[in-house]
Amino acid sequence: MTSAVEFTLPAVNVEEKLFQNRYRIDAGRPHIKVRNADTCTACELKPCTVCCPAGCWRVDTDGGIELVVDGCLECGTCRLVCDEANVDWNYPRGGFGILFKFG
Amino acid sequence: MEQFDVIVVGAGPAGNAAAYTLAKGGLNVLQLERGESPGTKNVQGAILYADALEKIIPDFRDSAPLERHVAEQRMWLMDENQSCTGVSYRDARFSQEPFNRYTIIRARFDRWFSEQVKAAGALVVCETTVTGLLRNDTGKVIGVRTEREQGDILAGCVILADGANALVGSRAGLRPEIDGKNMALAVKEVLFLPKETLEARFNIGGKQGVVIEIAGNITHGMAGTGFLYTNKDSIAIGIGCMLTDLKRQQLTPGQLLEGLKQHPAVAPLIDGAEMKEYSAHLIPEGGYKALPQLVGDGWMIVGDSAGFVNAVHREGSNLAMTSGRFAAECLIDLHQAGQNATAANLSGYKQRLDDSFVMADLKKYQHVPDLLNDQPQFLGLYPRLVGDAARQMLVVDGEPKRAKQQRIMAQFRDKRSLLGLLGDAYRFWRAFR
Repeated sequence: MTSAVEFTLPAVNVEEKLFQNRYRIDAGRPHIKVRNADTCTACELKPCTVCCPAGCWRVDTDGGIELVVDGCLECGTCRLVCDEANVDWNYPRGGFGILFKFG
Repeated sequence: MEQFDVIVVGAGPAGNAAAYTLAKGGLNVLQLERGESPGTKNVQGAILYADALEKIIPDFRDSAPLERHVAEQRMWLMDENQSCTGVSYRDARFSQEPFNRYTIIRARFDRWFSEQVKAAGALVVCETTVTGLLRNDTGKVIGVRTEREQGDILAGCVILADGANALVGSRAGLRPEIDGKNMALAVKEVLFLPKETLEARFNIGGKQGVVIEIAGNITHGMAGTGFLYTNKDSIAIGIGCMLTDLKRQQLTPGQLLEGLKQHPAVAPLIDGAEMKEYSAHLIPEGGYKALPQLVGDGWMIVGDSAGFVNAVHREGSNLAMTSGRFAAECLIDLHQAGQNATAANLSGYKQRLDDSFVMADLKKYQHVPDLLNDQPQFLGLYPRLVGDAARQMLVVDGEPKRAKQQRIMAQFRDKRSLLGLLGDAYRFWRAFR
């Protein structure tokens, strides 16, 4: 879609937003895992790094993926945008993870 | 091992409607919820449609935590960062009891709904994630597996109200995996403002509320919409786009939301507000064509898990509650007749859906998802052209109005040939008729 006006969306600090949320972290038991790290390194687009609303997926210095699930909003997006089906996605154990105050 | 008549997986609107109706009907119900308490995992705009809840709890208004009744609906076409074309519909009848639509805060509302479920006699167990289904040797679903130790629980029927990701049903092979092309991702913030400030900004008083639904290039050409709802002393603002578009455009959901918040039509409304939560949720928008099989031996699917969302009218929670109620009513009938939850017997649930607005509306708009996927001009180009037309007609600059009109028509033809315009009009009519 062409734009009449050139416009770039503002940069966003997602971590600042997540700071307002309430979580109970299940330390050492991440509910999302990468199945095969090499698959992520070979993936060109890395849609998870763009589409995840919580910024849990980052490109690391070696061109691979760094996944930190602590801020996860449990939406399920990363599982669906991965063309390689490389996301082992589960809900956290009962009671853990995001605890929405308002929802 | 204790056997329940029914296990309901999930405590959102669909699960709560089912569990409440079943318990009221005298069945022995267990409801499992993975959140710390019901509502802590649930996200919605949120609008409550009174009609669907009234049919379950007629006097809900006496005790439910409701924010504001919807007194005015605004529909805005917004470009990325400059203009907004809108219509407002305020109707004095919207402010006469009984109110038809309310804004709600889901975490509070769901907790209330769950209290009603417990009071009706269902056993509600939280902090328990269902990880699988138990089947007998004929394949009939006979219970659920939870992550807890000795966490297998038996039931005559399992109702899957596990939400948009529909993990339980797809992992058990009862249905295909959900498809990213049918899913929208919505992100949302809750922004707090003093009540008086909020009421002054939105021109409302008492318990009146305003709903703003937003389309146009604010989604940067992607199929999607934004929203802004007024609660008592907070504003829910959000934007959602189809996942496939988001992936293609390489825009982050957080950026889209920030773009909406900074738009000159929105920024003054939320100025100075305190952000207290950021959330995200998938919305199944595939409509009628994307519905999975809804029943089988010993199981039924309700709510978002089934994909009961009317994306055109931004309705979902009412379809969820209604489907949950229908599933429960079907089981109550079988229970009273002493019959088992076989696939054939459970087709009564499907029949109830077919005879109601749920399937009627989903069928009516069954071509819309395809239209919006294949013809992005409906969401991008046309809103822009309409906005441009409004600007040219409203700027007073000495140019005769007929000349302006002719130029506007030429711009429409230029962007989308006459044949294209006619074709779009036909496609639009066909999808929405």
